[in-house]
Amino acid sequence: MSMKVATRQVDGVTILDLSGRITLGEGSITLRDTVHDIAAKGSKHILLNLGEVSYIDSSGIGELVSAFTSVKNAGGELKLLNLTKKVHDLLQITKLYTVFDIWDNEASAISAFKQ
Amino acid sequence: MPDSTTSRTSLTLASTIESVNTVEHTAEDFAARAGFDSDTVPNIAMAVREAAVNAILHGNAYDISKRITASFEANSDALVVRISDQGPGLDPGTIPDPLAPENILRGSGRGIFLIRAFMDEVHFRQLHPGTELTLIKHRAPAQPPA
Repeated sequence: MSMKVATRQVDGVTILDLSGRITLGEGSITLRDTVHDIAAKGSKHILLNLGEVSYIDSSGIGELVSAFTSVKNAGGELKLLNLTKKVHDLLQITKLYTVFDIWDNEASAISAFKQ
Repeated sequence: MPDSTTSRTSLTLASTIESVNTVEHTAEDFAARAGFDSDTVPNIAMAVREAAVNAILHGNAYDISKRITASFEANSDALVVRISDQGPGLDPGTIPDPLAPENILRGSGRGIFLIRAFMDEVHFRQLHPGTELTLIKHRAPAQPPA
């Protein structure tokens, strides 16, 4: 199953609801293009909801890191929401868990952008 | 209780993303049929997928004239997977540590690290041309050296 993205706005935060697999090829490219597009439109606060992401490989992890750094370098913030156990474990193993700002509650994550 | 029967299968595939998915699914099925538990099978499949990505992306560089091979063997002791490419060769000593502070925010370079994280043994062999990765998962945790 390839990755799908639904975009919504809540209190000035652009939330991307991702589902499926973020892997080499289509999934990673979709994530890269979507984050690039919304950042180009001026979104500074981006929340990636990974609750329905069933699988991520090293390419997908790399795209998350690239999205994080590109948004940060443009003066914005990118946070992660609702990690599955698999994604959580992979970010722990790769020591990226403390790099990302990770939340398990959407309202709290949105509030965190305003601080 | 695993029996002593050895089972084998092998694939020769084009250097495409579709082949990565084929190798991953074969690994998942093979490991499950070999009796590995439901927590271990996805980790084996991910390690094998990363090895296939490495062979196709970094080894063969998507060259349609080059193939990868994937062989799977299960015996009473372990699952052994060999992935080979026809690329210029990979020196494992040149692979940067993705956990090093200067590399932690890199957008790539975590594949071999994940393979090592999920398998018990990983070996590199130069094929001239090409590289063969051997991934081994023991049925029981490896005993630490005395």
